[in-house]
Amino acid sequence: MENLVQIALQNVNLAAIMPSLVLVCFGMGLLLINVFLPRGTTRPAVWISLVGIVVTAVVTVQGWGNPQYGFSDAVALDNFATFFNVTFLLAAALTILMSDDYLRREGYAVNEYYPLILFTTAGAMWMASGTDMMTIFLGLEVMSISLYVLAGFFRGQSASNEAGLKYFLLGAFSTGFLLYGMALIYGVTGSTRLTEIGAYLNSHSSLLANPMTLAGLVLLSIGFLFKLGAAPFHMWTPDVYQGAPTPVTAFMSAGPKAAAFAAFLRTLEYCFFGLKPEWSAMLWVLAVLTMTVGNVIAISQTNIKRMLAYSSISHAGYALVGLVAANEIGYSGVLFYMLAYTFMNIGAFAVLILVGKQGEENLTLEGFAGLGYKRPLLGVAMSVFLFALMGLPPTAGFAGKFYIFAGAVKAGYIWLAIIGVLNSAVSLYYYLRVMVYMYFRDPTEDYAWISLPVSVLATIILAVIGCLYLGILPNEVMAMAKTAIF
Amino acid sequence: MTAATTLPQFPWLSLLIGLPLAGALLCLLHRRSRQECRWLALATTLATLAICIGLFVACRHGDGPWLLREDAAWIPRFGIRYTLGLDGLSLLLTLLTAGLHVVAVLLAWPEQRRLPQFLALLLVLESGLMGVFLAVDLVLFYLFWEVMLLPMLFLIGIWGGENRRRAAVRFFLYTLAGSLAMLVAMIALYLLHGAQSGSYSFALADLLQTRLPLTQEYLLFGGFMLAFAIKAPLVPFHTWQPDALSEAPANGAVDVTGLLLKTGIYGMIRFAFPLFPNATRDALPLLAALALVGLFHAAWSAYRQDDVKRILAYSSISHLGLVLLGLAAWNTTAWQGSVLLMVTHGIVTGALFAVVAMLRSRTGTRNLNELGGLWGAAPQLSACFLFFALASLGLPGLANFAGEILVLLGTFRSQPLWALLALPGLVFTAAYLLRLVQGTLWGPAPAARAAIPDLTVREWLVLLPLIVLTVWLGLAPAPLLAPLAAVGGLP
Repeated sequence: MENLVQIALQNVNLAAIMPSLVLVCFGMGLLLINVFLPRGTTRPAVWISLVGIVVTAVVTVQGWGNPQYGFSDAVALDNFATFFNVTFLLAAALTILMSDDYLRREGYAVNEYYPLILFTTAGAMWMASGTDMMTIFLGLEVMSISLYVLAGFFRGQSASNEAGLKYFLLGAFSTGFLLYGMALIYGVTGSTRLTEIGAYLNSHSSLLANPMTLAGLVLLSIGFLFKLGAAPFHMWTPDVYQGAPTPVTAFMSAGPKAAAFAAFLRTLEYCFFGLKPEWSAMLWVLAVLTMTVGNVIAISQTNIKRMLAYSSISHAGYALVGLVAANEIGYSGVLFYMLAYTFMNIGAFAVLILVGKQGEENLTLEGFAGLGYKRPLLGVAMSVFLFALMGLPPTAGFAGKFYIFAGAVKAGYIWLAIIGVLNSAVSLYYYLRVMVYMYFRDPTEDYAWISLPVSVLATIILAVIGCLYLGILPNEVMAMAKTAIF
Repeated sequence: MTAATTLPQFPWLSLLIGLPLAGALLCLLHRRSRQECRWLALATTLATLAICIGLFVACRHGDGPWLLREDAAWIPRFGIRYTLGLDGLSLLLTLLTAGLHVVAVLLAWPEQRRLPQFLALLLVLESGLMGVFLAVDLVLFYLFWEVMLLPMLFLIGIWGGENRRRAAVRFFLYTLAGSLAMLVAMIALYLLHGAQSGSYSFALADLLQTRLPLTQEYLLFGGFMLAFAIKAPLVPFHTWQPDALSEAPANGAVDVTGLLLKTGIYGMIRFAFPLFPNATRDALPLLAALALVGLFHAAWSAYRQDDVKRILAYSSISHLGLVLLGLAAWNTTAWQGSVLLMVTHGIVTGALFAVVAMLRSRTGTRNLNELGGLWGAAPQLSACFLFFALASLGLPGLANFAGEILVLLGTFRSQPLWALLALPGLVFTAAYLLRLVQGTLWGPAPAARAAIPDLTVREWLVLLPLIVLTVWLGLAPAPLLAPLAAVGGLP
């Protein structure tokens, strides 16, 4: 027993987990403070969590170019992890900024919301920096359990309850797949360390064709693909995204999705580089399926929140194209794309929050009729997000798609790039329809209920700046994404 | 004598793109006062035109492939540069763009609904068009190519006619779908070139060095041509165009819409043909066939329309068929004729759309069956209409004639059959234009029509320069042809 404890605590390097440590400390401190705050007083919690995120961001950025490894190589805070951590922190900060007024409006101004967001973010960070299957699993569970609660946060609304329960049941099921896959791989290689697994499979190449290895790879992939909402494991997304509180939906589709990509990418590249042709072919099919399913179903939606949920599936498909390419451009394209998607998607959801009216009854296309005239600046912001989601220059969406498709073409997957581009063309239609309602129809309402709280405005402005900066001057971030790849 | 010695060093080309954009921002900032906006927009377009004319006077005799060039690093990660270049071809087209935008702003003077936004979008469109005609880095070109669509989408969708929503969405989806094909072809070309030369770059000058197997060249050529053929529009990709042109707002946007068509042709001349010479050589007969089909089909369709604006929209397709035929003939004479025709057609058709807009604002209808007898009511307006209609059908001495005759002569020299086939097309053109003139100017006037005022001073200000230009270019087109002599990459 004593021996085991010693092994587990070998090579402690707190610097390797410092960002998440800071974040968790803030989260737990916030839980304690919440006890002493009167009910309905949420401002302190918002401020503390924002300060926590800023402090964590400062700590995170210190780690750029200065990789830290620790805990017997179970954690690696390398550039890859740091890049993703910044994405998660951005998603969390933008989400928290737009949450307070929304929660107040819907009558759920409860302080526990903010620590949960922080814990989700910390879990995502462990997934991105995990180089051991156990670390990744730990991160995934911390992230998911907080998310289950967040999805069902409106406990008086059946839709939110349904979202929480559905996400929990299906999520638990998919975690089973993931764990089973991990167990099989452990059985084959005798290790949970990603690099050791890779090295072992490399030196025993006969094991690559072993059914147990392949089954392990497939089961692991299913677990990750579920979290990123890729078809055919996407069935939970629309209901969960629609039922969950809007800021949570925005967060889920950006942060945790990016975390799943991070862990998936690292696992594939570290452990299964010997099987690259196999998983590349598998993901090829899934990427095409994911893009197409998301886009085709999004066309028929009239509820904009649900439409964005389906479109988020298709965006996961575009990012999968980068994994299929499996080269330096494709991988760094995934990093860049997830950052870009964070800005454009959270921005779009922030506009939905403002236009949504109490009880979210104004999320249909008709609800947006003439918005561009009654609320010109909101209309312009939404247009920027929609153009970014369409992938038009000069926005982040174009730079991201360009990056990923360039990776695919470079890897010789020209057809995949063509299918991706065709899908973009399909997606134009349903994004454009929102614009048609916003600008080409006369307003039926005066949108008097729209107030512009400073915090939500800050989210929108930051998101617009992000969309345009990454679209017009992407070089800096593209260069960083390049150095973030192992 | 190089351009640099006569012009002070200044990023003139960036100014051409930036000035209208700045004007658009100022318009939005001054949206409280409509009058200020009008003058602001007019000043911006006039300044842009002045720069264009200055460039024309100073640089038209420059030697070397580029009269002016600007170059700066933009996204080194992918070898993308901010490179603008001006040669004889882009010189003419920027001049046309700047000129037509002055006209557009003057036409937009009486617009009542959301004037500041309207003018701002017009100026953004001018900026995008300038970018398209100046960019010589493929990604930069693509950027402007798409940016140019956005103001057009809003101009048609917000200020357009009855079917504006459908027309706007259709226009947007069609043209974007085409340009996505170009995007993939662009990336593929970039990677192929990089693999060959070891240096990855999107610069046109670098990509021109790429050696491709014929199959690959066909595929990439197809990707580029899809984008350009939809924009041009080449039959059978033309169906968005009559809708877009006839629904485009009469007050000033429609003559600018015509400029979009030129970007398609320009893209072929600047990018598709030089980048893929072998594929181009093999595709020329097909191009010529499609051009001839377009010439006839559009002329016939124009003859069958009752809506004056639709007649003019189809007439644009028909004229561009002739332009494409000249390109497909692939010799210097025909090619120069094509470019000349492209420019003069922009002026003449722009003027015709302007006259129709004036007509429409007086009579409230564009339907041929409800018009007629205009000559008696408004002789000045009618005379202008007749003048531009005659110019459009290629009356000798007026602008279109020189271009048409050069195209036909050039085509006859290399492909006599094509030229012979094209001749009846010109008869068709005469037929629908005469029907148009007859239906509006002569015949009985509708009984219930109120008195029609004749041209105002502002309208004369719009039309007079166009009339002068039309006559001048008809009599002496040489100044326009001179800068074309040094344009590289073509026969």
